[in-house]
Amino acid sequence: MIALYTILVVMIIGAVIAIEARDLLSAVIAVGTVGLGLSLAALVAKAPDVAITQLVVEIISVVILIRATIRIGLPRSTHGSTPLLGVVALVFGIAVLVVGARVFSEIPPLGAPHMRVSETYVAEGLEDTGAVNVVSAILLDFRGYDTLGEATVLFAAVMGVLAVARPVGRRKTRTEPNHANK
Amino acid sequence: MIAYMLCLVLFCLGVYGALAKRNVIKIVLGLAIAECAVNLMFVLIAYRVHGSAPILPRVAEGGAPVMVDPLPHALVLTAIVIGLATTALMVALAMRIYQQYGTYDISEIRELKG
Repeated sequence: MIALYTILVVMIIGAVIAIEARDLLSAVIAVGTVGLGLSLAALVAKAPDVAITQLVVEIISVVILIRATIRIGLPRSTHGSTPLLGVVALVFGIAVLVVGARVFSEIPPLGAPHMRVSETYVAEGLEDTGAVNVVSAILLDFRGYDTLGEATVLFAAVMGVLAVARPVGRRKTRTEPNHANK
Repeated sequence: MIAYMLCLVLFCLGVYGALAKRNVIKIVLGLAIAECAVNLMFVLIAYRVHGSAPILPRVAEGGAPVMVDPLPHALVLTAIVIGLATTALMVALAMRIYQQYGTYDISEIRELKG
């Protein structure tokens, strides 16, 4: 488990660099470190499906973020946080950590999950669905409506991106009546 | 327990970045970090000592095989893809804001409002 803790510490360092770096491109690359750390941690925690998906998704999202930052010729990040804000953030952070420590002492410890729901999936997944990979059996069969909802959200987000990012201008619709008049 | 606390620290860093920074791209990055922390938490909750990856062995032995919890993995897969979609939407909005106002600083954008 030393590997897991090392990856977690690297992720936290990457997050600090991403938030505090003056240069936006450095911040985006540091966020890439955090995402790839999640991929590695999933691999260590025996979740190969999550690791593969996170690797692909992180690369795509870093490409998108670099597209947003590099377009304007490396703009300087504006870092104007007042000292009072830092104190408030520190107080709230410590409060959240204290409450989190209480909460995490109640849930099952690392390495011994309660598997009341997934016991059924593991035991009957092969007969019910025919899928050897239990994760894909859950994703595509037992919880297929969940995946349908995911596809809906994905479609809505892509529609939003297309609506926001398309070039402005109604020139085409305005010129068409002129052509019709001629 | 320590791993969960480190996850919480990562989440707090992301929330701090989203709330305290004035750059729109920094806010997007903070939300992405917080999302990463939540996904990592789910993967860690699913971990089981000496459990195998959630793929059934070729020959079915007696009794259910000892494997990590596959249910959080399925949920996290959904969350990762949705996270990519929301990040792309946020970046598109940020680039549109830059086109409109010529800056990523949200305090300047607030001043420019008529």
